[in-house]
Amino acid sequence: MKEVILIKNGELALKGLNRRTFEDMLVKNMRRRLESAGKFNFTIAQSTIVAEPMDEFADFDEAVSRIEKIFGIAGFSRAAAVEKDMETILRSAEEYLAPQLLGIRSFKVEAKRSDKKFPLTSPEICRETGGYLLRKFPHLVVDVHNPDLIVTVEVRDNYAYIHGTQLKGAGGMPTGSAGRAAILISGGIDSPVAAYMMAKRGLELIAIHFASPPYTSERAEQKVHSLLKQVSKYSGRITLYVVPFTETQEQIKDNCPEDIFTVIMRRMMMRVSQIIAQREHAGALITGESVGQVASQTMPAIACTDAVCEMPVFRPLIGMDKDEVVAISRKIDTFDISILPYEDCCTVFTPKHPKTRPTLDYVEKCEQALEVDRLVKEAVEGTRFIHINAY
Amino acid sequence: MEAYFDNSATTAPCCEAVKAVADAMTNCWGNPSSLHRSGNAAKELLDSSRESIAKCLSVTPEEIFFTSGGTESNNLAVMGAAYQMRRMGRRIVSTAVEHSSIDETLDKLAEEGFEVIKLRVDSYGRINERELYSAVNSNTILITMMLVNNEVGTIMPVQAAKRAAMAARSPAIIHCDAVQAFGKMPVKPVSLGVDLMTVSSHKIHGPKGVGAIYIRKGVKIKPRTFGGEQEKKIRPGTEAMPAIAGFAAAARALPDPQRELEHIRMLRDYMVEKLMELDEIVINSPPDALPYVTNISVLGIKSEPMLNFLSERGICVSSGSACSKGKKSHVLMQMGLDRRRLDSPLRISFSRYTTVQEVDALIQGIAEGKKVIRAVK
Repeated sequence: MKEVILIKNGELALKGLNRRTFEDMLVKNMRRRLESAGKFNFTIAQSTIVAEPMDEFADFDEAVSRIEKIFGIAGFSRAAAVEKDMETILRSAEEYLAPQLLGIRSFKVEAKRSDKKFPLTSPEICRETGGYLLRKFPHLVVDVHNPDLIVTVEVRDNYAYIHGTQLKGAGGMPTGSAGRAAILISGGIDSPVAAYMMAKRGLELIAIHFASPPYTSERAEQKVHSLLKQVSKYSGRITLYVVPFTETQEQIKDNCPEDIFTVIMRRMMMRVSQIIAQREHAGALITGESVGQVASQTMPAIACTDAVCEMPVFRPLIGMDKDEVVAISRKIDTFDISILPYEDCCTVFTPKHPKTRPTLDYVEKCEQALEVDRLVKEAVEGTRFIHINAY
Repeated sequence: MEAYFDNSATTAPCCEAVKAVADAMTNCWGNPSSLHRSGNAAKELLDSSRESIAKCLSVTPEEIFFTSGGTESNNLAVMGAAYQMRRMGRRIVSTAVEHSSIDETLDKLAEEGFEVIKLRVDSYGRINERELYSAVNSNTILITMMLVNNEVGTIMPVQAAKRAAMAARSPAIIHCDAVQAFGKMPVKPVSLGVDLMTVSSHKIHGPKGVGAIYIRKGVKIKPRTFGGEQEKKIRPGTEAMPAIAGFAAAARALPDPQRELEHIRMLRDYMVEKLMELDEIVINSPPDALPYVTNISVLGIKSEPMLNFLSERGICVSSGSACSKGKKSHVLMQMGLDRRRLDSPLRISFSRYTTVQEVDALIQGIAEGKKVIRAVK
């Protein structure tokens, strides 16, 4: 008896002729993500991917916890792969599922038979298995409507697979299937959540962070590394671009009216980010903005920011409440990192009374005091990058 | 150049301590409670270490109990004394500027029904002795006061605690948190009239993870941990021998505090004089503070960018508080400083290794930082 992971892909099945491409991408992602957990072999058959450890050094539990976070997977199960022989199936089910069956009261059996040469039909497999388990575990009852555990027997080409209730996968689309986009990340609660949400829709991520030493510290950048490391458990490897932003911020502080600092700063960030995104073949920017959350995220302020953007800006949190965002950040374990108290680029020169309804005319007029092109060019040129990967 | 001015946070271990730790781990790693040769050697090391600490405080070795450090000693002292004395009364008198390991323990006791009084301080972090006298009544079971404030260096009138207790005919146990004073000024529990005293190793160039509590002979407190005969059941658990040996070695290596103090005072005066040549700098520490700690505010420049700027140049200072965004130092707030001073504190703390060259580098760093860093309104 060998333990494997059975993976059911989600929306993929809907994608018609593209399905094969999507599946290949998912397998490629899984292969990459599981690489450091040991040797696993992947096979695809009838919209199920089987991940099979190739030697005893493969860390099966670790692989399961990684697969849980890979987008494009609707559900998965740990399963026993056994010889296609009813006697073996019954004994293996007893042995393999005993720890689970001992802790519950009711169960039912489901069977799938894709190998039509197997002598028993699906209902017969169910009956045999159910009866056998009832004899071996007399405390159990069968409940077909609301069982504590669904025992599944899948008879496929090479093996029969036995498993309990299927676990929920991370959902979404395989990373990379929707192209590549750049997340603007400061270190707060929102941007990692936005990154996670867009990665879920199949986007491969690069990240852009603005650093303003000495106003921001090395720890603030370290914090961004930690956040992205956590996000990369879902999205796969992320390349982080760190943009030197001190001079831009000081120039804004010295030359522009205080009430408009933040909007001008965000426009500068967008300008720099677009250039980096284009250079790295990313097709969109992603931000963690939500309408009305702070002064720079009012509708007029966002309009002023977007006026400098030539590529789409995805704002997956745009209609979410803070507590909804916090709930996701807790789920993906970024919350506790986000609340570390380091000054970030967004809070350096926060104005006391920011303009909540800036007009584009006013912003553009104020911006004339800046050498926009030079500042953007120097910021892009000074940018360094680092690869971030959780595994 | 490297210049380290955060000695109130921790100090560089001295070579004596490093050697003692390594020696204890290589040659004397036995369990002091074991009854064989290896255990006996460790027991001897433990005894001699205890003697070294006792000698520094002019007390007997039987009155010294090793712990994991200042925080544990403070927790043990405050809770241990309060629970021991709970039948005698319920009032505890302390100050509003104690270290959080005292402050938060007191809050916990207040939740449990003890009546905790935290004496206010003036703009130099000093308490009013008269207020101390009126706060202590016959119902008072514990008075706890730090000897030197960790953020501004203010020296507290600890010896008044005993007098206040006697005047009020109170049975109070007197505790003193001497973490920032130990090794830097003469510290004698007996002449200060205290029953319990906290000291820590890593503030005197010893290893981290070890400290001690002095418990005057005859004074009883309740332990906080259980499960062994070690440290006379006051603090059970196998003794952290390498750390304890390092602590003792660091204590033996301490120079005469009085003589060292004069040197440090000269250095402090030199620094203050130079700082005064720059504008927009206020000294938050009182003139008679322990000269090892000087708290200043660089008006208009927030602590964090200045700290980062100096750190970039190899100069380590702290902002005094836990460097948290929006969270101001509770000590400076208690001192009633205005917002401009609260936004911009720097704590500069010396050790016996601090040099004039380092001070010069610091002054130059602050001067440059003032020029480069944009001020906030």
